[in-house]
Amino acid sequence: MTRESPSARGALARIAREAWLVGGLPVLSIVAALVVGSVIILASELLLPNHAFDLLLPIKAYLALLDGSLGKESAIVNTLVSTTPLLLGGLAVAIGFKAGLFNIGAEGQFLMGALGAVAVGVAVSGAPPVVAIPVALGGGMLAGAAWGFIPGFLKAISGAHEVVTTIMLNYVARQVLAWAVTGPLAVPQSPSPVTYAVGNAAYPILVGRNGHLGILVAAAAVFVIWWLLYRTTLGFEIRTVGASSDAARYAGMRPRLLIILTMSLAGLLAGTAGAGVILGINHQMNSTFDTTVGFDSIAVALLARSNPLGVPFAALLFGAMRAGSGLMQIRAGIPVELIDVIQAMILLFLVAGPVLQRAFRLRGVRSDLGAPPPVPSEATV
Amino acid sequence: MDSLIHTLYGIPVLGLLFQLVGYIIAVIPPIAPLIMRAGTPLALGALCGVMCERSGVVNIAIEGTMLASAFTGWVVGVALGPYLGTSSSLPFGITPTLLVALAAALLVALLVSAVHAWLSITVKADQIISGTIINIAAFGVTGYLNTIIAPLSPTTAGNFHAFVPPKALTDLPGIGWIVAMFLNQGPIAMSVIVLVVVLQVLLFRSRWGLRTRAVGEHPRAVETAGIDVIRLRYRNVMAGGMLAGLAGAFLSMEATNQFQAGMSGGRGFIALAAMIVGRWTPIGAFGAALLFSTFLALGQVIGFNPPSGSLGEVVAKLPPQTWDALPYLVTIIILAGIVGRSIPPAADGQPYEREQAGG
Repeated sequence: MTRESPSARGALARIAREAWLVGGLPVLSIVAALVVGSVIILASELLLPNHAFDLLLPIKAYLALLDGSLGKESAIVNTLVSTTPLLLGGLAVAIGFKAGLFNIGAEGQFLMGALGAVAVGVAVSGAPPVVAIPVALGGGMLAGAAWGFIPGFLKAISGAHEVVTTIMLNYVARQVLAWAVTGPLAVPQSPSPVTYAVGNAAYPILVGRNGHLGILVAAAAVFVIWWLLYRTTLGFEIRTVGASSDAARYAGMRPRLLIILTMSLAGLLAGTAGAGVILGINHQMNSTFDTTVGFDSIAVALLARSNPLGVPFAALLFGAMRAGSGLMQIRAGIPVELIDVIQAMILLFLVAGPVLQRAFRLRGVRSDLGAPPPVPSEATV
Repeated sequence: MDSLIHTLYGIPVLGLLFQLVGYIIAVIPPIAPLIMRAGTPLALGALCGVMCERSGVVNIAIEGTMLASAFTGWVVGVALGPYLGTSSSLPFGITPTLLVALAAALLVALLVSAVHAWLSITVKADQIISGTIINIAAFGVTGYLNTIIAPLSPTTAGNFHAFVPPKALTDLPGIGWIVAMFLNQGPIAMSVIVLVVVLQVLLFRSRWGLRTRAVGEHPRAVETAGIDVIRLRYRNVMAGGMLAGLAGAFLSMEATNQFQAGMSGGRGFIALAAMIVGRWTPIGAFGAALLFSTFLALGQVIGFNPPSGSLGEVVAKLPPQTWDALPYLVTIIILAGIVGRSIPPAADGQPYEREQAGG
C-alpha cells in the first residue's frame, strides 16, 4: 500500500493531461471527423436522383482510402512521397507558430521554391548529380526563403499583418510561376507551356518506383528544426518572442530581427518542399503546376500542436489521405475534396474538443478548457 | 493645353507617370460600372469585417463564407429553377427562383458565421484558426458537392441583370459616368452604397453602434454597464456574415450565373485589407475596396485598350501576368504603407472572459 504524495499525484495528473492532449484528443478528433465524413457521403448520395442508396458506401470509401495509402508496398511508398511536402510545409507553419506568427503563405513559398529549383536545376542539368542536386535544392530553398522574407520584413518594419500579406503573396506567386513557365523558362515551340527537365539535378529514387531522396531530406529537416528550436540560442529566442514579444525585448532580444529570420526560415522549409516535388517527382514544370500544400500544412502544424517531433505523424496522416484519395475516387466515386472536409473537421474537433466534452458531459481527463493550440496571442488582422 | 500635356509627357521617367495618370483619367469613366462591379464583393466583405472587428472578433472566414454562399445561391437556383420558373418580366431579371436562392445563400452565410462566432466567442479558440478551419471546410464542401453534381451537368437559373439608366442621365457631361457607375448595376451592387451609408450612420450615430464600438474597445466596461458582450458579439458576427454571404451571392448570381470551385479567389482576404486601409469604418472600407477594384479593372482594360506613346511601349514589354498580380501587389504595398497609422479596436481578436461571480 503506497500513498501518493499530492505532488506526485499532481505530476501524474499533468502527465495524463498531456497524454490526452497529445494522443487522446487528436485520435478522437480524427475518428469524429471520419464519422462526419461518412455522414456527408451518405447525405450526398441522397441528393442525387437515380442513384441507388448504398449504406455501406462510406465504409467502402474509407477501405479504398486505406488500401490506396497502405495496401501494398507501392501504396506505402506513395504515402511517403505525399507526406514529404506536407512534413516540410508543416514545419514551415509550426516554426511560425513558435514565434507567434501565422504563416498562411506556405503555398506561395512552396511554389517559389519549386520555381527556384526548376530554374537552377535546368541550368545545372548537365553537371554531375553530386553538384547538380545540392545546387538545385539550394536554388529552391533560397527562392522560398526570399518569399518568406517579404512578409517577415513588412511585419517588422511596418506591422503589416502576415496573415494578409502572405495570402496576397500566394496569389502573386501563382502569377510569377505562370509568367516564368510561359516566358523565360519555356521550351520554345512547345505545344503547351513547359520548362526543360532538371536532368542530373533530379533526386535519385531510393525505394520502390518513386520513393525519392526528398523523403530523407524531410526527415533530416525534422531533426534540424527540433535541434534549432530546443537546443540553440536562436531557437530559445524564437520561442521567447512567440511567448511574449515584450519579454523578449526586455531580455535584450530583437523581436523584429527574429520575425524576419523566422519567416525566412519558414519560407526556406516550404521552398524545400516545393523543390522536392520538382526534383523528386515532376522534373519539369508546366503551367498547371499547383498545390494544396498551403492549407494542408496549417492542418499538419495544428494537429501536431506545433511540435516539430509531432509534425511527421500529422504529415503522415494527411499524406496517407492524399495518397489514398485517388483510389477512393476510382473505387467509391467519392471526390478527393472529401479529404479537405475531413481535415477541416479534424481541426474543428481538435479546437472545440474540450468544450464539446464539457457540453456532452463526457468523462475524460480534464484538459485546459478550450484553450487553442499554441499560437499567436495578439491577432490584429 | 495640349502642348503643355505634350511637354509633360515628354519628360524622361517622370513623363511616364504623367502618362499613366492621363491614361487612368481617360480610361476610368467608361469602365466605372466595371470598377463598381469588381468592388462590390470586396466592399461587402469589408463591411462584414468592420461589423465583426468593431465588436472585437477577427473574421478571416469571410472568404469561406463567400464561397459557401456563392455555391448555395447557384445550386439552389439550379435545383428550383424547373419548379419556380426562370423567365422574368420584373426589373433586374428577378425571378422567384433567384429570390429563394438568394435567401438560401444568406441563410448559409448566417450558419457559417454562427460556427465562427461559436468557435471564437464561446469556445474561445484562436480566431484566426477558427477562420482558417471555416475556409478549409468551405473550400472542401463546395468543391466536393460541385464534383458530385457535375455528372448531372447542371446549368443555371440565370442571374440578376443590371439596370440600364436612361441615356439622358448617363450622357450628362462630367457626372454621367458617376451615374452609370452606381445605377448601371444589378440589385446587389446597387445595394452596396445604401449599406455603406446605413452602416456608417448606425455605427457612429446609434445605440447599437456605440455599444459595438465600446465592446470592441473595452468589453469589461460595457459588461459592467449591463450589456451582454457575448450576445452582442454573436449578433454582429452573424449579421456581418450575411454581408459576406451577399458578396458570395453576387459572385454566382449577379456577376456570373455559374459556380466555379474556389471562385471567391482571395476576395475575402482583399476585403480584410480594404477594411484595414479604410480604418475600420464603412465609408473608408468602401473607398479602399473601390481603389483595389480600380486596379483589378485596369488589368482587364489594359488588355483590350492599351495606352499609347512611350507608356504603351513600356506596358507592352511587361508580361500580361503583371496585371493579374497587380491588385494583390497593391494590397501589400498599401497595407505596409498605411498599417502603422491604422489602429484596430483595442479588444480585437481577444475572446471575452466573463468575470466569475464571487471570484
